Amino acid sequence: MNRAASLLEVDDLVLHFPVSGGGALGLWRRSVKALNGVSLAIRRGETIGLVGESGSGKSTLGRAILGLEPVTSGHVAFAGIDVTAGRRADLARLRRETAMVFQDPSNALNPRLTAGEAIAEVLRVHRKVLPAEIPARVSELLSLVGLDPTLGNRRPQALSGGQCQRVGIARALAIEPTMIVADECVAALDVSIQGQIINLFIDLRERMNLTLVFIAHDLAVVRRLCDRVAVMYLGRIVEEGPTEAVFSAPRHPYTAALIRSIPEIDPDIVLPDAPMQGEPPSPLSLPAGCPFHPRCPHAEARCHADPPPSLRRRDDHGWACILEPGALPTPLNASPIPIATGESA
Amino acid sequence: MSAPLLRVEGLTVESRAGEAATRIVDGVSFALRRGEILGLVGESGSGKTMACRALMRLLPSSRLALAGGSVELAGEEIMGLPEAAFRSIRGRRIGMIFQNPASHLDPVMRIGEQIAESVRFHQGGRRRQANEKAVELLRQVGIPDPAQRAAAFPHEFSGGMRQRAMIALALASDPEILIADEPTTALDVTVQAQILRLLKEIRDSRGLSIIFITHDLGVVAQLCDSICVLYGGRVCEIGPKREVLAHPRHPYTAGLMACQPGTAGGSGRLRTIPGYPPASDALPSGCRFHPRCSHAVSPCAEVQPPLDPFAPDHLAACHNPVRQASLRTRETA
Repeated sequence: MNRAASLLEVDDLVLHFPVSGGGALGLWRRSVKALNGVSLAIRRGETIGLVGESGSGKSTLGRAILGLEPVTSGHVAFAGIDVTAGRRADLARLRRETAMVFQDPSNALNPRLTAGEAIAEVLRVHRKVLPAEIPARVSELLSLVGLDPTLGNRRPQALSGGQCQRVGIARALAIEPTMIVADECVAALDVSIQGQIINLFIDLRERMNLTLVFIAHDLAVVRRLCDRVAVMYLGRIVEEGPTEAVFSAPRHPYTAALIRSIPEIDPDIVLPDAPMQGEPPSPLSLPAGCPFHPRCPHAEARCHADPPPSLRRRDDHGWACILEPGALPTPLNASPIPIATGESA
Repeated sequence: MSAPLLRVEGLTVESRAGEAATRIVDGVSFALRRGEILGLVGESGSGKTMACRALMRLLPSSRLALAGGSVELAGEEIMGLPEAAFRSIRGRRIGMIFQNPASHLDPVMRIGEQIAESVRFHQGGRRRQANEKAVELLRQVGIPDPAQRAAAFPHEFSGGMRQRAMIALALASDPEILIADEPTTALDVTVQAQILRLLKEIRDSRGLSIIFITHDLGVVAQLCDSICVLYGGRVCEIGPKREVLAHPRHPYTAGLMACQPGTAGGSGRLRTIPGYPPASDALPSGCRFHPRCSHAVSPCAEVQPPLDPFAPDHLAACHNPVRQASLRTRETA
């Protein structure tokens, strides 16, 4: 990959959270191993999806990218800024160029501020426009996210969840960011509203050349929106590549099982009885060998003991498994469903 | 055809604030046969949870009141029963599981004890027998090492294990009906698939009937036998699963299906339903979906459409129903 073209570089990032000790007098120190050597490059204007089950480290990675978590080792570089070094001037520049959209839209907004005031606050702090121009810019931002500017007078409790999420996105856009990290930003919304927010991101990306890190557990949404996808398991990226390549021909058994686990709306595409056994182990005590081996149907003796396989890359599609590409069966629901004309009675 | 095990007719719940009363559940009717899994589908505020809470007499606020309707369990009217008599139904003949098992399990009581307590409460018997039954129930819901794990506290279980324990607790009274309120929404997809399979197995082995409340049409398509779609507190479409998914008649059902991103959906913009679901204090007149409906015609704003039959057991409440087959028409618009 051409490293010069990358907006964001994550290099061998490790992040362990210490937790209060167990054992006698709490002397047995333990740590949650949230990220265990993550490397990732994101190009300008690209939308990348971070997917995985709860505890896979996808949210931690999103926060670490924005310098919101203390890093144990490794580096994050954003447009020439060393995020991990944490120099104050660098972080201030990072804050001017990046923004975050959160999962729970009503909790992410100050309940005492109206939607308009919440957006104006961002404009004031970042001195994006002259004070006299703030009201006009607030209306413009509300229209940009598809809200009637008169809704700017309402407080969050008088707005629906979808409207609150649009205000959250308007706040993120107020700083005119180069990159947005959206953490499960549609998970709390109704299905009919999810589509509106996804379409809004598709529009904004086209109009503003936004770089988007989209963290989600919903693979179907990620497939719609993202150019690339990185699949995480227990703090590691186990597969990364162009979205269509990953979905139509997954190379890691975990990705394949995740795709098979999605209940399809077509009753003829039957959910397999056991797409995957068990649940992810605790990040407090990772299994030896490949961390996926206790749940993997393809695990061999070496998977139990050898160090976890590193990410191999072929055709811009990386995977961290001993299996060769093509060893896994193609998912049943991989091929796009033929489009019916839908006009017949 | 055999008589339904549960028949709900015209169930209505009113929310009273001062003088004004709004019907947040308005004349909901459905029937559940023995061994059937019915999917109750709708967005937030559609009344799907409230209808089931009313059925169980578990309305969460004194401002909410049952304002009418009849519920027959195995041919016997249970709506008028006094509270003391109703206790022999709630939790015993009709069990319930919830989205967040952690808040419905006692955090300071061992899992096995909680299940054994329920066994003794409902069936009596000795402590040792109840403990043995608890271990057996944990085995049936797929908890490995049930004899050891029965001594664990809820916080020692993972999310999927807690939901399994919650199911075991609901089964302790040998219920005829299980109401499952979004039991897999908080779980990872791989664990969701395991719980859906478990519910199917329990249905097959015990002949249990299940009302499955969800917002996820994919889960309904995989698990349920029939679908009841709610919008703004009213049933807008009800029928056998395959019939409804192949020929949705209500524009809301068709719209919900078109909104699903679908794993095979390709890229590009999603179809959406414009606007937002109505707030419970500002429900539209006539058909409650008409402000968001692309099919709306002149009577829709004034006249509430009746539930009309389209096929055997398939009803929809619409003045201008959808005519075309809709499954597999997920085009990008």
